[in-house]
Amino acid sequence: MSSLQNIGRMLLPVVVLAAGLALWEFVVRVNDIQPYVLPSPTTVFQTLVSDWPVLSESLGVTLLTTLEGFIAAAVGGVALALVFNQSKWLEYSLFPYAVILQVTPVIAIAPLLLIYLSQQTAVIVCAWIVGFFPVLSNTTLGLNSVDRNLAGLFQLYGASRLQTLRYLKLPAALPFILGGLRIAGGLSLIGAVVAEIAAGTAGAGSGLAFRIAESGYRLNIPRMFAALLLLSVAGIVIYGLLALVSHLVLRRWHESAL
Amino acid sequence: MAGPALSETDSDAAGLAVRLRAVSKTYDNGVTALGPLDLDVAKGDFVSLLGPSGCGKSTALRLIAGLGTPSAGTVSVSHRATKADGRHPIGFVFQEPTLMPWASVRDNVCLPLKLAHAAPAEADRRIEEALAQVGLAEFAGAYPRELSGGMKMRISLARALVTDPDILLLDEPFAALDEITRFRLNDDLLSLWRKLHKTVIFVTHSVFESVYLSQRVIVMTARPGSISAEFRIATAEPRGEAFRTSADYAGYCREVSNALAPSYSGQRSA
Repeated sequence: MSSLQNIGRMLLPVVVLAAGLALWEFVVRVNDIQPYVLPSPTTVFQTLVSDWPVLSESLGVTLLTTLEGFIAAAVGGVALALVFNQSKWLEYSLFPYAVILQVTPVIAIAPLLLIYLSQQTAVIVCAWIVGFFPVLSNTTLGLNSVDRNLAGLFQLYGASRLQTLRYLKLPAALPFILGGLRIAGGLSLIGAVVAEIAAGTAGAGSGLAFRIAESGYRLNIPRMFAALLLLSVAGIVIYGLLALVSHLVLRRWHESAL
Repeated sequence: MAGPALSETDSDAAGLAVRLRAVSKTYDNGVTALGPLDLDVAKGDFVSLLGPSGCGKSTALRLIAGLGTPSAGTVSVSHRATKADGRHPIGFVFQEPTLMPWASVRDNVCLPLKLAHAAPAEADRRIEEALAQVGLAEFAGAYPRELSGGMKMRISLARALVTDPDILLLDEPFAALDEITRFRLNDDLLSLWRKLHKTVIFVTHSVFESVYLSQRVIVMTARPGSISAEFRIATAEPRGEAFRTSADYAGYCREVSNALAPSYSGQRSA
Protein backbone atom coordinates (compact mmCIF):
# COMPACT_ATOMS: atom_id res chain seq x y z
CA MET A 1 0.00 0.00 0.00
CA SER A 2 2.67 2.47 1.01
CA SER A 3 4.87 1.66 -1.99
CA LEU A 4 1.81 2.14 -4.19
CA GLN A 5 1.29 5.49 -2.48
CA ASN A 6 4.90 6.42 -3.16
CA ILE A 7 4.58 5.59 -6.83
CA GLY A 8 1.38 7.61 -6.94
CA ARG A 9 3.09 10.57 -5.33
CA MET A 10 5.82 10.54 -7.97
CA LEU A 11 3.58 9.73 -10.89
CA LEU A 12 0.54 11.95 -10.33
CA PRO A 13 2.25 15.34 -10.78
CA VAL A 14 3.82 14.04 -14.02
CA VAL A 15 0.41 12.86 -15.23
CA VAL A 16 -1.10 16.25 -14.37
CA LEU A 17 1.72 18.02 -16.25
CA ALA A 18 1.30 15.83 -19.32
CA ALA A 19 -2.47 16.27 -19.28
CA GLY A 20 -2.14 20.05 -18.90
CA LEU A 21 0.35 20.30 -21.76
CA ALA A 22 -1.80 18.08 -23.99
CA LEU A 23 -4.88 20.18 -23.27
CA TRP A 24 -2.93 23.38 -23.96
CA GLU A 25 -1.59 22.01 -27.25
CA PHE A 26 -5.06 20.78 -28.20
CA VAL A 27 -6.78 24.13 -27.46
CA VAL A 28 -4.17 26.09 -29.42
CA ARG A 29 -4.39 23.79 -32.48
CA VAL A 30 -8.15 23.37 -32.57
CA ASN A 31 -8.79 27.10 -32.25
CA ASP A 32 -5.82 27.95 -34.46
CA ILE A 33 -4.52 30.47 -31.92
CA GLN A 34 -1.58 32.50 -33.25
CA PRO A 35 1.80 32.19 -31.45
CA TYR A 36 1.84 35.93 -30.58
CA VAL A 37 -1.36 35.38 -28.60
CA LEU A 38 -0.65 32.00 -27.04
CA PRO A 39 2.13 29.73 -28.33
CA SER A 40 1.61 25.98 -28.05
CA PRO A 41 3.97 23.94 -25.84
CA THR A 42 5.73 22.54 -28.91
CA THR A 43 6.33 26.07 -30.21
CA VAL A 44 7.75 27.09 -26.84
CA PHE A 45 10.04 24.07 -26.88
CA GLN A 46 11.13 24.79 -30.47
CA THR A 47 11.89 28.37 -29.48
CA LEU A 48 13.86 27.14 -26.51
CA VAL A 49 16.03 25.06 -28.86
CA SER A 50 16.35 27.63 -31.65
CA ASP A 51 16.99 30.59 -29.28
CA TRP A 52 19.25 28.59 -27.00
CA PRO A 53 22.41 30.66 -27.74
CA VAL A 54 20.67 33.86 -26.63
CA LEU A 55 18.72 32.28 -23.80
CA SER A 56 21.62 30.28 -22.36
CA GLU A 57 23.77 33.39 -22.21
CA SER A 58 20.98 35.23 -20.39
CA LEU A 59 20.50 32.27 -18.07
CA GLY A 60 24.20 32.42 -17.22
CA VAL A 61 23.98 36.14 -16.43
CA THR A 62 20.93 35.70 -14.19
CA LEU A 63 22.40 32.69 -12.40
CA LEU A 64 25.65 34.53 -11.75
CA THR A 65 23.75 37.50 -10.30
CA THR A 66 21.65 35.15 -8.18
CA LEU A 67 24.74 33.36 -6.91
CA GLU A 68 26.46 36.62 -6.00
CA GLY A 69 23.34 37.93 -4.29
CA PHE A 70 22.89 34.62 -2.48
CA ILE A 71 26.47 34.55 -1.21
CA ALA A 72 26.16 38.15 -0.06
CA ALA A 73 22.85 37.31 1.66
CA ALA A 74 24.26 34.18 3.32
CA VAL A 75 27.45 35.83 4.56
CA GLY A 76 25.68 39.07 5.49
CA GLY A 77 22.76 37.36 7.23
CA VAL A 78 24.90 35.01 9.30
CA ALA A 79 27.45 37.71 10.14
CA LEU A 80 24.79 40.17 11.22
CA ALA A 81 23.07 37.51 13.35
CA LEU A 82 26.41 36.74 15.04
CA VAL A 83 27.01 40.41 15.74
CA PHE A 84 23.49 40.78 17.15
CA ASN A 85 24.02 37.70 19.28
CA GLN A 86 27.19 39.14 20.81
CA SER A 87 25.77 42.60 21.47
CA LYS A 88 22.17 43.17 22.53
CA TRP A 89 22.58 46.93 22.07
CA LEU A 90 23.58 46.56 18.43
CA GLU A 91 20.62 44.24 17.91
CA TYR A 92 18.20 46.75 19.46
CA SER A 93 19.70 49.55 17.33
CA LEU A 94 19.75 47.80 13.96
CA PHE A 95 17.13 45.06 13.90
CA PRO A 96 14.18 47.40 13.14
CA TYR A 97 15.97 48.61 10.02
CA ALA A 98 16.55 45.06 8.87
CA VAL A 99 12.81 44.56 9.20
CA ILE A 100 12.05 47.76 7.29
CA LEU A 101 14.38 46.67 4.50
CA GLN A 102 12.55 43.36 4.39
CA VAL A 103 8.97 44.66 4.37
CA THR A 104 9.55 47.36 1.75
CA PRO A 105 8.80 45.75 -1.64
CA VAL A 106 12.06 45.31 -3.50
CA ILE A 107 10.40 46.23 -6.81
CA ALA A 108 9.96 49.72 -5.33
CA ILE A 109 13.56 49.97 -4.14
CA ALA A 110 15.14 48.72 -7.37
CA PRO A 111 14.65 51.87 -9.52
CA LEU A 112 16.20 53.96 -6.77
CA LEU A 113 19.21 51.66 -6.48
CA LEU A 114 19.68 51.86 -10.24
CA ILE A 115 20.11 55.61 -9.95
CA TYR A 116 22.90 55.45 -7.40
CA LEU A 117 24.65 52.18 -8.30
CA SER A 118 25.96 50.67 -11.49
CA GLN A 119 23.49 48.21 -12.92
CA GLN A 120 25.71 45.25 -12.10
CA THR A 121 25.95 46.27 -8.45
CA ALA A 122 22.30 47.30 -8.15
CA VAL A 123 21.11 43.88 -9.30
CA ILE A 124 23.29 42.10 -6.77
CA VAL A 125 22.19 44.47 -4.00
CA CYS A 126 18.57 43.70 -4.85
CA ALA A 127 19.21 39.98 -4.65
CA TRP A 128 20.95 40.55 -1.33
CA ILE A 129 18.16 42.70 0.14
CA VAL A 130 15.56 40.04 -0.55
CA GLY A 131 17.71 37.12 0.52
CA PHE A 132 19.47 38.23 3.68
CA PHE A 133 16.50 38.59 6.02
CA PRO A 134 15.45 34.93 6.21
CA VAL A 135 19.08 34.04 6.88
CA LEU A 136 19.35 36.71 9.57
CA SER A 137 16.13 35.84 11.36
CA ASN A 138 16.64 32.08 11.13
CA THR A 139 20.23 32.30 12.35
CA THR A 140 19.14 34.54 15.23
CA LEU A 141 16.46 32.03 16.14
CA GLY A 142 18.99 29.21 16.00
CA LEU A 143 21.59 30.99 18.11
CA ASN A 144 18.91 31.62 20.75
CA SER A 145 17.67 28.02 20.71
CA VAL A 146 20.69 26.58 22.47
CA ASP A 147 19.87 23.99 25.13
CA ARG A 148 19.98 25.79 28.48
CA ASN A 149 21.74 22.94 30.25
CA LEU A 150 24.37 22.64 27.53
CA ALA A 151 25.00 26.36 27.90
CA GLY A 152 25.35 25.75 31.65
CA LEU A 153 27.85 23.00 30.96
CA PHE A 154 29.98 25.33 28.81
CA GLN A 155 29.83 27.91 31.61
CA LEU A 156 30.83 25.29 34.18
CA TYR A 157 33.92 24.33 32.22
CA GLY A 158 34.89 27.97 31.75
CA ALA A 159 34.37 28.14 27.98
CA SER A 160 35.34 31.43 26.35
CA ARG A 161 32.85 33.36 24.22
CA LEU A 162 34.57 32.16 21.09
CA GLN A 163 34.51 28.52 22.23
CA THR A 164 30.83 28.77 23.13
CA LEU A 165 30.11 30.24 19.72
CA ARG A 166 32.15 27.72 17.81
CA TYR A 167 31.36 24.51 19.65
CA LEU A 168 27.84 25.22 20.90
CA LYS A 169 25.92 28.06 19.30
CA LEU A 170 26.91 27.61 15.66
CA PRO A 171 26.34 23.84 15.54
CA ALA A 172 23.02 24.27 17.37
CA ALA A 173 22.01 26.98 14.89
CA LEU A 174 23.11 25.01 11.83
CA PRO A 175 19.70 23.43 11.00
CA PHE A 176 18.10 26.89 11.28
CA ILE A 177 20.80 28.52 9.14
CA LEU A 178 20.37 25.88 6.45
CA GLY A 179 16.60 26.43 6.52
CA GLY A 180 17.19 30.16 6.04
CA LEU A 181 19.58 29.52 3.16
CA ARG A 182 17.00 27.34 1.45
CA ILE A 183 14.54 30.25 1.48
CA ALA A 184 17.24 32.76 0.53
CA GLY A 185 18.22 30.77 -2.58
CA GLY A 186 14.81 31.17 -4.18
CA LEU A 187 14.49 34.76 -3.00
CA SER A 188 17.87 35.72 -4.47
CA LEU A 189 16.58 34.62 -7.85
CA ILE A 190 13.47 36.74 -7.35
CA GLY A 191 15.61 39.72 -6.31
CA ALA A 192 17.80 39.33 -9.39
CA VAL A 193 14.78 39.09 -11.69
CA VAL A 194 13.07 42.10 -10.14
CA ALA A 195 16.18 44.24 -10.51
CA GLU A 196 16.73 43.08 -14.08
CA ILE A 197 13.19 44.01 -15.02
CA ALA A 198 13.56 47.41 -13.40
CA ALA A 199 16.88 47.88 -15.19
CA GLY A 200 15.56 46.41 -18.42
CA THR A 201 13.02 49.16 -18.84
CA ALA A 202 15.92 51.58 -18.58
CA GLY A 203 17.43 49.90 -21.63
CA ALA A 204 20.50 47.96 -20.52
CA GLY A 205 20.84 44.36 -19.47
CA SER A 206 21.13 40.82 -20.70
CA GLY A 207 19.67 38.50 -18.04
CA LEU A 208 16.65 36.23 -18.45
CA ALA A 209 14.24 38.75 -16.94
CA PHE A 210 15.54 41.36 -19.35
CA ARG A 211 14.88 38.91 -22.20
CA ILE A 212 11.31 38.49 -20.96
CA ALA A 213 10.72 42.24 -20.87
CA GLU A 214 12.41 42.72 -24.23
CA SER A 215 10.46 39.87 -25.87
CA GLY A 216 7.27 41.39 -24.49
CA TYR A 217 7.91 44.65 -26.30
CA ARG A 218 8.61 42.72 -29.51
CA LEU A 219 5.55 40.48 -29.08
CA ASN A 220 7.92 37.51 -29.19
CA ILE A 221 5.61 35.55 -26.88
CA PRO A 222 7.17 32.08 -27.45
CA ARG A 223 10.52 33.41 -26.26
CA MET A 224 8.83 34.92 -23.17
CA PHE A 225 7.48 31.50 -22.32
CA ALA A 226 10.83 29.84 -22.97
CA ALA A 227 12.65 32.30 -20.73
CA LEU A 228 10.00 31.90 -18.04
CA LEU A 229 10.41 28.13 -18.24
CA LEU A 230 14.15 28.49 -17.73
CA LEU A 231 13.60 30.73 -14.71
CA SER A 232 11.27 28.16 -13.13
CA VAL A 233 13.73 25.34 -13.75
CA ALA A 234 16.54 27.47 -12.32
CA GLY A 235 14.47 28.10 -9.17
CA ILE A 236 13.70 24.41 -8.76
CA VAL A 237 17.34 23.42 -9.24
CA ILE A 238 18.51 26.04 -6.72
CA TYR A 239 16.01 24.80 -4.14
CA GLY A 240 16.89 21.18 -4.82
CA LEU A 241 20.62 21.81 -4.47
CA LEU A 242 20.22 23.65 -1.18
CA ALA A 243 17.88 20.96 0.16
CA LEU A 244 20.46 18.35 -0.82
CA VAL A 245 23.28 20.24 0.92
CA SER A 246 21.11 20.60 4.02
CA HIS A 247 20.33 16.89 4.01
CA LEU A 248 23.97 15.88 3.58
CA VAL A 249 25.16 18.16 6.37
CA LEU A 250 22.48 17.15 8.87
CA ARG A 251 21.86 13.51 8.09
CA ARG A 252 24.02 12.12 10.89
CA TRP A 253 22.18 13.84 13.71
CA HIS A 254 19.21 16.09 12.98
CA GLU A 255 15.62 14.87 13.14
CA SER A 256 14.68 16.72 9.94
CA ALA A 257 17.18 14.71 7.88
CA LEU A 258 16.34 11.23 9.17
CA MET B 1 29.10 35.53 36.36
CA ALA B 2 31.37 34.74 39.28
CA GLY B 3 31.72 31.18 40.45
CA PRO B 4 31.70 30.08 44.07
CA ALA B 5 34.63 30.97 46.22
CA LEU B 6 37.01 28.12 45.61
CA SER B 7 38.71 28.43 48.94
CA GLU B 8 41.45 26.09 50.04
CA THR B 9 41.62 27.11 53.62
CA ASP B 10 38.86 26.69 56.18
CA SER B 11 36.83 23.99 54.48
CA ASP B 12 39.94 21.97 53.66
CA ALA B 13 41.07 22.05 57.24
CA ALA B 14 37.81 20.44 58.32
CA GLY B 15 38.07 17.77 55.59
CA LEU B 16 35.08 19.24 53.80
CA ALA B 17 34.52 19.17 50.09
CA VAL B 18 31.59 21.55 50.06
CA ARG B 19 30.42 24.02 52.64
CA LEU B 20 27.31 26.19 52.41
CA ARG B 21 26.60 28.84 55.01
CA ALA B 22 23.21 30.62 55.18
CA VAL B 23 22.89 30.29 51.43
CA SER B 24 19.68 31.56 49.87
CA LYS B 25 18.58 32.22 46.33
CA THR B 26 15.89 34.65 45.30
CA TYR B 27 15.13 34.90 41.61
CA ASP B 28 14.50 38.14 39.75
CA ASN B 29 10.77 37.50 39.80
CA GLY B 30 10.84 37.60 43.61
CA VAL B 31 10.47 33.87 44.19
CA THR B 32 12.72 32.61 46.96
CA ALA B 33 13.70 29.16 45.80
CA LEU B 34 16.16 28.24 48.48
CA GLY B 35 17.32 28.88 51.95
CA PRO B 36 18.70 29.82 54.18
CA LEU B 37 20.65 26.60 53.87
CA ASP B 38 23.63 25.30 55.82
CA LEU B 39 25.32 22.23 54.44
CA ASP B 40 28.63 20.50 55.01
CA VAL B 41 29.70 17.65 52.79
CA ALA B 42 32.78 15.69 53.85
CA LYS B 43 35.34 14.62 51.28
CA GLY B 44 34.55 11.28 49.73
CA ASP B 45 31.01 11.24 51.07
CA PHE B 46 27.94 10.24 49.06
CA VAL B 47 25.16 12.63 50.00
CA SER B 48 21.61 12.77 48.64
CA LEU B 49 19.43 15.85 48.65
CA LEU B 50 15.87 14.57 48.80
CA GLY B 51 12.75 16.67 48.44
CA PRO B 52 9.63 17.42 46.45
CA SER B 53 9.82 19.02 43.02
CA GLY B 54 10.57 22.73 43.24
CA CYS B 55 12.12 22.57 46.73
CA GLY B 56 15.30 24.21 45.50
CA LYS B 57 17.52 21.14 45.61
CA SER B 58 18.53 21.61 41.99
CA THR B 59 19.13 25.29 42.72
CA ALA B 60 21.46 24.31 45.57
CA LEU B 61 23.35 21.97 43.25
CA ARG B 62 23.72 24.67 40.58
CA LEU B 63 25.05 27.11 43.17
CA ILE B 64 27.66 24.56 44.27
CA ALA B 65 28.64 24.11 40.63
CA GLY B 66 29.00 27.87 40.21
CA LEU B 67 26.11 28.10 37.76
CA GLY B 68 24.63 31.21 39.32
CA THR B 69 25.45 33.13 42.45
CA PRO B 70 23.65 32.93 45.79
CA SER B 71 21.54 35.93 46.80
CA ALA B 72 23.01 35.66 50.30
CA GLY B 73 25.47 33.44 52.15
CA THR B 74 28.67 31.77 51.07
CA VAL B 75 29.41 28.71 48.98
CA SER B 76 32.86 27.23 49.28
CA VAL B 77 34.14 24.28 47.33
CA SER B 78 37.54 22.78 47.97
CA HIS B 79 39.70 21.35 45.25
CA ARG B 80 43.19 20.07 44.88
CA ALA B 81 45.64 22.91 44.40
CA THR B 82 47.39 21.45 41.38
CA LYS B 83 45.29 21.73 38.28
CA ALA B 84 46.89 19.35 35.85
CA ASP B 85 46.18 19.26 32.14
CA GLY B 86 42.43 19.33 31.49
CA ARG B 87 41.42 18.73 35.09
CA HIS B 88 38.33 20.38 36.50
CA PRO B 89 37.23 20.18 40.14
CA ILE B 90 33.52 19.65 39.44
CA GLY B 91 31.62 17.22 37.25
CA PHE B 92 27.93 17.82 36.63
CA VAL B 93 25.25 15.46 35.35
CA PHE B 94 21.90 16.97 34.43
CA GLN B 95 18.46 15.40 34.56
CA GLU B 96 18.55 15.03 30.78
CA PRO B 97 21.65 13.56 29.16
CA THR B 98 22.39 17.05 27.71
CA LEU B 99 24.57 15.71 24.93
CA MET B 100 25.40 17.63 21.79
CA PRO B 101 23.36 15.84 19.11
CA TRP B 102 25.74 16.92 16.34
CA ALA B 103 28.79 15.35 17.96
CA SER B 104 29.79 11.70 18.30
CA VAL B 105 29.98 10.05 21.71
CA ARG B 106 33.73 10.54 21.69
CA ASP B 107 33.47 14.24 20.90
CA ASN B 108 30.80 14.71 23.55
CA VAL B 109 32.99 13.16 26.22
CA CYS B 110 35.94 15.17 24.91
CA LEU B 111 34.16 18.50 25.34
CA PRO B 112 35.47 19.48 28.82
CA LEU B 113 39.01 18.60 27.71
CA LYS B 114 38.68 20.53 24.46
CA LEU B 115 37.44 23.60 26.33
CA ALA B 116 40.48 23.32 28.61
CA HIS B 117 42.84 22.93 25.62
CA ALA B 118 44.10 19.55 26.83
CA ALA B 119 46.83 17.85 24.81
CA PRO B 120 45.29 15.46 22.23
CA ALA B 121 47.23 12.39 23.37
CA GLU B 122 46.26 12.95 26.98
CA ALA B 123 42.65 13.63 25.95
CA ASP B 124 42.48 10.38 23.99
CA ARG B 125 43.69 8.41 26.98
CA ARG B 126 41.19 10.11 29.32
CA ILE B 127 38.25 9.63 26.96
CA GLU B 128 39.04 5.96 26.56
CA GLU B 129 39.28 5.57 30.32
CA ALA B 130 36.03 7.45 31.00
CA LEU B 131 34.11 5.47 28.39
CA ALA B 132 35.50 2.22 29.79
CA GLN B 133 34.38 3.26 33.27
CA VAL B 134 30.77 3.51 32.12
CA GLY B 135 31.09 0.36 29.96
CA LEU B 136 30.58 2.02 26.59
CA ALA B 137 34.08 1.93 25.11
CA GLU B 138 32.87 0.40 21.85
CA PHE B 139 30.32 3.18 21.23
CA ALA B 140 32.84 6.02 20.82
CA GLY B 141 31.90 6.59 17.18
CA ALA B 142 28.12 6.49 17.66
CA TYR B 143 25.86 9.53 17.71
CA PRO B 144 23.60 10.28 20.69
CA ARG B 145 20.38 9.61 18.78
CA GLU B 146 21.56 6.07 18.09
CA LEU B 147 21.73 5.28 21.82
CA SER B 148 19.10 4.33 24.40
CA GLY B 149 18.17 6.63 27.29
CA GLY B 150 20.31 4.67 29.73
CA MET B 151 23.33 4.72 27.43
CA LYS B 152 22.99 8.47 26.89
CA MET B 153 22.99 8.93 30.65
CA ARG B 154 26.16 6.83 30.89
CA ILE B 155 27.81 9.05 28.27
CA SER B 156 26.78 12.07 30.30
CA LEU B 157 28.39 10.44 33.34
CA ALA B 158 31.56 9.67 31.36
CA ARG B 159 31.75 13.33 30.32
CA ALA B 160 31.50 14.37 33.97
CA LEU B 161 34.26 11.90 34.91
CA VAL B 162 36.64 12.74 32.09
CA THR B 163 38.16 15.73 33.89
CA ASP B 164 38.86 13.56 36.97
CA PRO B 165 36.81 15.88 39.22
CA ASP B 166 36.93 15.86 43.02
CA ILE B 167 33.21 16.43 43.29
CA LEU B 168 30.46 14.87 41.22
CA LEU B 169 27.11 16.68 41.19
CA LEU B 170 24.13 14.75 39.87
CA ASP B 171 20.75 16.42 39.34
CA GLU B 172 18.08 13.68 39.26
CA PRO B 173 20.13 11.92 36.60
CA PHE B 174 18.10 8.71 36.38
CA ALA B 175 14.60 10.13 36.91
CA ALA B 176 13.52 9.60 33.32
CA LEU B 177 14.74 6.00 33.03
CA ASP B 178 12.83 2.77 33.48
CA GLU B 179 13.27 0.97 36.78
CA ILE B 180 15.57 -1.84 35.65
CA THR B 181 17.92 0.56 33.86
CA ARG B 182 17.80 2.81 36.87
CA PHE B 183 18.79 0.00 39.27
CA ARG B 184 21.69 -0.95 37.04
CA LEU B 185 22.90 2.63 36.80
CA ASN B 186 22.54 2.99 40.57
CA ASP B 187 24.80 -0.04 41.06
CA ASP B 188 27.28 1.22 38.49
CA LEU B 189 27.38 4.63 40.12
CA LEU B 190 28.01 3.03 43.52
CA SER B 191 30.87 0.93 42.22
CA LEU B 192 32.39 3.96 40.49
CA TRP B 193 32.13 5.89 43.74
CA ARG B 194 33.86 3.10 45.67
CA LYS B 195 36.61 2.87 43.07
CA LEU B 196 37.25 6.55 42.38
CA HIS B 197 36.73 8.03 45.87
CA LYS B 198 34.87 11.08 44.63
CA THR B 199 32.60 13.26 46.69
CA VAL B 200 29.10 12.79 45.29
CA ILE B 201 26.09 15.05 45.80
CA PHE B 202 23.00 13.42 44.35
CA VAL B 203 19.70 15.23 43.95
CA THR B 204 16.61 13.03 43.76
CA HIS B 205 12.94 12.89 44.66
CA SER B 206 13.01 9.13 45.14
CA VAL B 207 13.22 7.94 48.74
CA PHE B 208 14.29 4.46 47.62
CA GLU B 209 17.05 5.72 45.41
CA SER B 210 18.43 8.06 48.04
CA VAL B 211 18.52 5.39 50.75
CA TYR B 212 20.04 2.81 48.47
CA LEU B 213 22.86 5.05 47.28
CA SER B 214 23.85 7.44 50.01
CA GLN B 215 25.88 7.62 53.16
CA ARG B 216 23.75 10.60 54.16
CA VAL B 217 20.22 11.48 53.11
CA ILE B 218 19.27 15.13 53.56
CA VAL B 219 15.53 15.78 53.47
CA MET B 220 14.47 19.21 52.29
CA THR B 221 11.25 21.12 52.80
CA ALA B 222 9.17 22.67 50.05
CA ARG B 223 9.89 26.17 48.76
CA PRO B 224 11.88 27.93 49.98
CA GLY B 225 14.02 24.83 50.44
CA SER B 226 15.81 24.19 53.69
CA ILE B 227 16.93 21.10 55.55
CA SER B 228 14.22 19.42 57.63
CA ALA B 229 15.86 16.13 58.54
CA GLU B 230 19.02 14.15 58.00
CA PHE B 231 19.72 10.42 58.06
CA ARG B 232 22.92 8.46 58.08
CA ILE B 233 22.50 5.18 56.25
CA ALA B 234 24.85 2.86 58.08
CA THR B 235 25.05 -0.54 56.46
CA ALA B 236 27.63 -3.05 55.35
CA GLU B 237 29.48 -2.08 52.17
CA PRO B 238 29.47 -2.84 49.33
CA ARG B 239 25.75 -2.54 48.86
CA GLY B 240 23.91 -4.63 46.36
CA GLU B 241 20.76 -6.56 45.70
CA ALA B 242 20.90 -8.02 49.22
CA PHE B 243 20.65 -4.56 50.77
CA ARG B 244 17.84 -3.53 48.45
CA THR B 245 15.70 -6.43 49.67
CA SER B 246 16.72 -6.26 53.36
CA ALA B 247 14.57 -5.26 56.31
CA ASP B 248 17.16 -2.60 57.15
CA TYR B 249 16.58 -0.96 53.78
CA ALA B 250 12.81 -1.02 54.23
CA GLY B 251 13.19 0.48 57.69
CA TYR B 252 15.36 3.34 56.46
CA CYS B 253 12.95 4.01 53.63
CA ARG B 254 10.02 4.19 56.04
CA GLU B 255 11.86 6.63 58.32
CA VAL B 256 12.91 8.86 55.43
CA SER B 257 9.42 8.74 53.91
CA ASN B 258 7.91 9.85 57.20
CA ALA B 259 10.36 12.74 57.39
CA LEU B 260 9.56 13.72 53.82
CA ALA B 261 5.76 13.60 54.20
CA PRO B 262 5.36 17.08 55.78
CA SER B 263 7.14 18.60 52.76
CA TYR B 264 4.27 17.38 50.62
CA SER B 265 1.45 18.37 52.98
CA GLY B 266 0.97 21.80 51.45
CA GLN B 267 1.11 20.42 47.92
CA ARG B 268 -1.94 18.20 47.85
CA SER B 269 -3.36 20.03 44.88
CA ALA B 270 -0.11 19.83 42.92
